[in-house]
Amino acid sequence: MTVHPVIRTVLQRLALGVMTLFFVSIVIFSGVEMLPGDFTQAVLGQAATEETVAAFRRELGLDQPAYIRYFDWIGGVVTGDFGTSFSGRAASGIDRSRDVVDLIGPRLWNTLFLASMTAIVAVPLALFLGITAALYRNSVYDRVVNATTLATISTPEFFVAYILILFLAALNPIFPSLANVSPDTELSERIYRSALPAMTLALVIIAHMMRMTRAAIINLLASPYIEMARLKGLSSTRVILFHALPNAWAPIVNVIAFNLAYLVVGVVVVEVVFVYPGIGQLMVDAVTTRDIPVVQACALIFAATYIVLNLLADIISIVTNPRLLHPR
Amino acid sequence: MSTSEGYSAKDEVGQVRTRRTWRQRAWIELKKAPFTAWVGMVVIAIYLIVALFAPLIAPYGEAEITPIPYAPWGAEHVFGTDQIGRDILSRLIFGARNTIGIALATTFLAFLIGGGLALVAAISRGWVDQILSRFVDVLMAIPSLIFALMLLSIFGSNITSLIIIIAVLDSTRVFRLTRAVAMNVVVMEYVEAAKLRGEGLGWVMRREILPNIMPPLVAEFGLRFCFVFLTIAALSFLGVGIQPPTADWGSMVRENASLIQFAQFDLKAGITPLLPAAAIAILTIAVNFVVDWFLMKTSGLRDEH
Amino acid sequence: MSTDSKEVLLKMRDMRIDGFSDEKWHEIIKGVDLTLHKGEVLGLIGESGAGKSTLGLAAMGFARPGCRLTSGEIWFDGVDLMKESEAAKQKLRGARIAYVAQSAAAAFNPAHTLMEQTIEAGVRHGLSSPDEAREDAKKLFAAMDLPDPNNIGDRFPHQVSGGQLQRAMTAMAMASRPDLIIFDEPTTALDVTTQVNVLAAMRNAVEQFHTAAIYITHDLAVVAQMADRIKVLRYGVEVEEADTQTMLTDPKEEYTKSLWSVRSIEKEAESADDKILEIRNITAAYGKVPVLKNVDIAVSRGKTVSIVGESGSGKSTTARVVTGLLPQLEGDVLFNGDPLPPKLKDRSRDQLQRIQMIYQMADTAMNPRQTVREIIGRPVEFYTGKRGKAVDQRVKELLEMIELDESFMDRLPGELSGGQKQRICIARALAAEPELIICDEVTSALDQIVQEGILKLLMHLQEELGVSYIFITHDIATVRAISDEVVVMYQGEVVEQGGKQEIFSEPHPPYTELLLASVPEMEIGWLEKTLTTLGEKRAAMG
Repeated sequence: MTVHPVIRTVLQRLALGVMTLFFVSIVIFSGVEMLPGDFTQAVLGQAATEETVAAFRRELGLDQPAYIRYFDWIGGVVTGDFGTSFSGRAASGIDRSRDVVDLIGPRLWNTLFLASMTAIVAVPLALFLGITAALYRNSVYDRVVNATTLATISTPEFFVAYILILFLAALNPIFPSLANVSPDTELSERIYRSALPAMTLALVIIAHMMRMTRAAIINLLASPYIEMARLKGLSSTRVILFHALPNAWAPIVNVIAFNLAYLVVGVVVVEVVFVYPGIGQLMVDAVTTRDIPVVQACALIFAATYIVLNLLADIISIVTNPRLLHPR
Repeated sequence: MSTSEGYSAKDEVGQVRTRRTWRQRAWIELKKAPFTAWVGMVVIAIYLIVALFAPLIAPYGEAEITPIPYAPWGAEHVFGTDQIGRDILSRLIFGARNTIGIALATTFLAFLIGGGLALVAAISRGWVDQILSRFVDVLMAIPSLIFALMLLSIFGSNITSLIIIIAVLDSTRVFRLTRAVAMNVVVMEYVEAAKLRGEGLGWVMRREILPNIMPPLVAEFGLRFCFVFLTIAALSFLGVGIQPPTADWGSMVRENASLIQFAQFDLKAGITPLLPAAAIAILTIAVNFVVDWFLMKTSGLRDEH
Repeated sequence: MSTDSKEVLLKMRDMRIDGFSDEKWHEIIKGVDLTLHKGEVLGLIGESGAGKSTLGLAAMGFARPGCRLTSGEIWFDGVDLMKESEAAKQKLRGARIAYVAQSAAAAFNPAHTLMEQTIEAGVRHGLSSPDEAREDAKKLFAAMDLPDPNNIGDRFPHQVSGGQLQRAMTAMAMASRPDLIIFDEPTTALDVTTQVNVLAAMRNAVEQFHTAAIYITHDLAVVAQMADRIKVLRYGVEVEEADTQTMLTDPKEEYTKSLWSVRSIEKEAESADDKILEIRNITAAYGKVPVLKNVDIAVSRGKTVSIVGESGSGKSTTARVVTGLLPQLEGDVLFNGDPLPPKLKDRSRDQLQRIQMIYQMADTAMNPRQTVREIIGRPVEFYTGKRGKAVDQRVKELLEMIELDESFMDRLPGELSGGQKQRICIARALAAEPELIICDEVTSALDQIVQEGILKLLMHLQEELGVSYIFITHDIATVRAISDEVVVMYQGEVVEQGGKQEIFSEPHPPYTELLLASVPEMEIGWLEKTLTTLGEKRAAMG
């Protein structure tokens, strides 16, 4: 009994995804290996005694071979233990450091909230703009949308953010320029406070997504079977809905996944601008203080999100591909 | 011997492109360039001039500290001074030099690494190609800004490591594109013909492949430059990129960001942190305008044949 | 068939169409008139660039992107399509005028079944209910001689073969019983043995439903089977028009005569015992897919061996083994009696020099960024060690050999016509002063007159230089024209080989029989005659 090609391809793709995650975790882990030798000293401060340094090194497992430490680390990650932060350690050996998980937990939730809020607004809007621009190609509408989005994607996120702050917070105090949310903030208040960061992200994402959607649809409309459908005298709606759309899922889903992945990255800068307590800001702080366990954890979470999104897009493309769905 | 009457190989015409020299073609293209492309080219030229002649144009030194911090806009300091009294206009001008210079150097390095490896992969194929491509896949599975942040936390923030890190990360994208376009050329029969003739790898690469993948690579250079430029600006803005006292637009935004809160009382002061951000945006928009036109041109030519 | 008394269905008057290229609009159809009666089939023939497809689509009031209908009248059953709104034209398309495209594989939507697409136009135009349309489609599939007509409609386009797809597309066009069908090179992409049946099915359908058709093709023999009348186009202008019989036997214009005369070259076949190349018991595979099984071929010095076969026969793979691009798994290639190393990289420069190759697509065989001087000059430099002026001198000589002059030296391939490009490729091969040239479908992409020129040039060069050719082709006419010896290949094996006279005379192995019988001839009624015997031949192959 043979396995259906769709299932086989999906399984292959899943296996590839797991492999990629595995290699990415190795790359992220080897980061520590490349640290200069004296970094324990740097973390603990110049006044650290030899014993505290040695104890710290032991705690990090630096006396063990790299592959054992890798498996310790990845084993911890799988069970939800990302180790302990470097910060809060003192030369005297007093350890007030916190578990990385406790640092990340609430902030991850905040970031996800911001990202989903953006996506809910941005994705439908961008698809609508992209598809209409493709359908009315070279019209005034298309040109205007095109020029605006080209300008937006060429602009750093922080520029968009500060312009929004200038007009919507500083000159006309409509929204708060600092998005300080805490776990006990109510939902409506949370949305209100996150409005500016979400708007910034949405503007950037919409521009990217709209341009890619437009390109994908135009490419599709150039297919010979679309010309054939027109020559059969079908209405434009029929051509679009029946002939173009079933073949458009794969490209459109890829565009969405690509941009959600982009969102994950854009979040870092925007969180810093609005002092939003998310994982992006945590990572930037950890980078400045060289708090490696936190950096690793954040990098792994970002990378995993990115990989999973792309994996999802691939799987959707696979299950909507008629050639795989209906094998010979 | 004679072929059929009225037929001569010399006079044969078909859908033949008109003969024109390289210069004639370039001029025709330029004359027909859309308004946006012209704006883009002029803006890029201005930026380059400012960057090259920064010390001659700037009224103050790059890190020269004047007595008054946060001086308002005026005759003495056109755009005022920053938190420790450095002239904003001068830092903007020097910033052009540093920011563009570093971004250009990074992009060149990225093309050298990514483009070179991609050509090797495309020509040799087999396991070399497999290993390089899988390695690039893994690197690309980590968002580049995140990867850059991680590596910077390990190697520390200085200009050399910044250039190398960003170049290596960006070279993955150059690799992908170059490999893809080179693959299209490698399967061409003229490359096969060169191999059958017994030509070496170097000759095939230089004479047969490179000239034919230049147009998409030139366009990609513009886009990669924008991307690198924005990444470095973002990193500097986050405080882990180019470090003070070097004047750089990204860090200037960060240093003066708090001024924006005073916009209600002094609009000019409020706008000050937006100036370096606008400088970044205008250049990338200009480059994008030119690249857009170039892409339309080259892909348009391809449709024709 | 007499058409005088019949009612006119389509009348185009002084049709002018522009196409956009080289940065401006050019007129590509320059005032053509066309009249088509009800139930009549008009063959539209011409070489590439004649504007036949553009004119065919204009009959539907349609212009492709990059084209525009500038002036003229298109009267279809009493209405002028040039004056009608897009909506009014859409009502006609798919209902009263249907289109059959060249590549059915690309023109069928991969996401829907054949049935859905076949009945779509009829149902959407309100001509029939979905159920009726489905029943009717099954009858049409049966009429088009498709296997399992009751169920084939449930299949997706990628699940059926190219020939079946082309027939399904004809059924799709027939579904709404249009008054007019535009056939746009519908069999060009098919193998010759597949083509016969598709032609027959299309012809039957057109006759059965009394549909008028415009049949666009560059193949004279095909059009002779399909059309009642033939119109010849060249560079967007009508050359002449007449009924098929007159056109075949008594063409008026020089151009038409020259088109007809192409098939008249024939070389006296000779053989020689001195073998330059011997392929002995070669087996080869792409990865794990076997493509050649125990192939034996010998090439006489100074003579031409044609390898003929359809797609997938292994004829091009044989060339790849000889050149060293695909090392064989078993067997030997002997050149002048000595075995050649299987791998390209193990061959010496001297061995490489003696075997040269010319490709089908001159466009992709020349680097578009190199001038003619570089293209021809490089092998001169590379193999003979000449430098500077001596190279230029040699390039000039080579250009003269291929009937071009030195004014071509500084041109880029984009500035040459199709035939000139192929000549430059020939010169590049000659530049190495080879003993054997492998010609892989070198004339297939060219117009007929140009083909004739290239074939004559190759024969002339053989007389002068004594070079041997391996001539790979799917075209029987070319084989007749140029070969001394012929090898017939089918599915990776040699079916038959021998002198040209032997191969073209009875008796044949079953495949050769089928192949030769499937090649359309320029004779009215050939199709009917052939169909009766073809079934037996297929059965003989098993």
